[in-house]
Amino acid sequence: MKTIRIGNGCGFWGDNIDAPIRLAQRGNLDYLTLEYLAELTMSILALQKERDAEKGYAGDFLDVLGRLTPILQQQPSLKIITNAGGMNPAACAHRAQEILQKAALTRRIAVVSGDDLLPRLDALLPEHPFANLDTGELLTTVRPRVVSANAYLGAKPIADALAQGADIVITGRVADASLTVGPALHEFGWAWDDWDRLSAASVAGHLIECGAQVCGGLWCNWQEVADWTDIGSPFVDLAEDGSFTISSDAGPGVNRETLTEQLLYEVGDPARYLTPDVVADFTSVSLAKVDARTMRVHAARGTPATDSYKVSIAYRDGFTASGTLTIAGPDAVIKAQLAGAALLQRTGQTFERSNVECLGGGACAPGVIAPIKGLTEVVLRVSVHDRRKEAVERFTKEFAPLVTSGPPGVTGYTTGRPAVREVFAYWPALVEKSVVQATVEVLP
Amino acid sequence: MKLFLNLGSLAHGRSGDKGNHANIAVIAYTQAGYDWLRGYLTAERVAQYFAPMFVGHVSNVPSPQTGTLETCPTKVVRYEAPNVWGLNFLLYDILAGGASRSLRIDTQGKTLALTLLRMDIDAPPNFADMLRDKEKPS
Repeated sequence: MKTIRIGNGCGFWGDNIDAPIRLAQRGNLDYLTLEYLAELTMSILALQKERDAEKGYAGDFLDVLGRLTPILQQQPSLKIITNAGGMNPAACAHRAQEILQKAALTRRIAVVSGDDLLPRLDALLPEHPFANLDTGELLTTVRPRVVSANAYLGAKPIADALAQGADIVITGRVADASLTVGPALHEFGWAWDDWDRLSAASVAGHLIECGAQVCGGLWCNWQEVADWTDIGSPFVDLAEDGSFTISSDAGPGVNRETLTEQLLYEVGDPARYLTPDVVADFTSVSLAKVDARTMRVHAARGTPATDSYKVSIAYRDGFTASGTLTIAGPDAVIKAQLAGAALLQRTGQTFERSNVECLGGGACAPGVIAPIKGLTEVVLRVSVHDRRKEAVERFTKEFAPLVTSGPPGVTGYTTGRPAVREVFAYWPALVEKSVVQATVEVLP
Repeated sequence: MKLFLNLGSLAHGRSGDKGNHANIAVIAYTQAGYDWLRGYLTAERVAQYFAPMFVGHVSNVPSPQTGTLETCPTKVVRYEAPNVWGLNFLLYDILAGGASRSLRIDTQGKTLALTLLRMDIDAPPNFADMLRDKEKPS
């Protein structure tokens, strides 16, 4: 039975920049996928594009591509699928083409777009309310502050691009799992309603989309990882019938524990994992051990995809800043709480939201895990959020004074005033698939 | 004699964010452990354990200015994945704003699974059959 090998070398923008190079070198891959877009990455890219029409994509990809060129010379059939295009896949593709030309490589690049709904938002809004999936509110309440609105496209335009001879497919927003489903559809020619196979490929895509997280990263039994320097990246050998094995190019590999932790990562109902391509049933899959670092996954079931795309919208929501000071000595927690309260009061401002935390004293689960008694060293972290930028700026000026005018044992003020950041709030919504037109353009 | 055990001796797990919600997967090391956890680790028990963290979109401490603490109802839904001995909990509005707006250090709930695995449990009589070394990961 025909199998294809798909590996993922990047789980988010900011992930390790050597991992994709190593994976391409060692993985003997047919397809390398690179995933760059977290929920709010698009809002950052939208602002970059606003400032410079030639920007708005994940720039890390171009660095990676430049370093991949010697490998592409040696592996003429290696194909790359990435959502690095972000808000500007066309600009990203043109830059990628320059890099390939400079290396005297002939590769066909395809651009997948159509996910960006911002230019059409006002035309769509009367009939499509983009109601917030969590609160039910209508988008009109925040419309003037919206900076990005992108539908999660599926695997079909990726498969179409490959069918048109693309070697490198650069997309905007697509569902992470679809980066894997696309090449599978192209290679095996599955029907668009072959729900069980689409589900199987979606399980494979979901497992590898976060890179090292399925092959040692975050593993609860981390003591068994022998070498953290080269943790490895995952790949699947996906068969025509939808079954696959999963392993990695280095590190501890994939075992039942690392696999199941990632299978349920960021999942709601595991029997109904929604993608643009299929509703995948994660509770249907069977797992079997192949060897110490390889697992086999089979018998996935799927049901028909829904008739809507998920839309990720970001809107401007005021300003935030967050700063830290280290508090040492006896009664460190009491002194930190006192200093945090004083800091906020000294600003003379009332903030819409504020928070005082003692890192080291249970701040990751406030109120759930009690701090150890008698701590003699904690990090004080104070954060605010407010519509008024000047109030937040005022706040950032109250950290340094505590070094001389706070309780004894205050230190760690070396990096200057905390930065004021604009907040982009997240607005999840749905839109009917019929109003979104995915497009594929192959560069000449 | 009372035995003191925590959830982490019977199960492993992982947590992550979905907007302002978090999910925590708790995965038993053994079939026996899964069978027992299905009865013991209810959505209500998890909601009660994390109750102090359900504070709407504001902070986890009372505002120094107003002295008030905004709260929101605790809503936890449990899903079962018997094929992987997994229980998946969806904790609604636990992230105080989520990745974009939360003022907490753990904006995305990355550490919630480890916090849940620290939960003290009333050890069942056959707990020895549920420990990890009874069934090495295959």
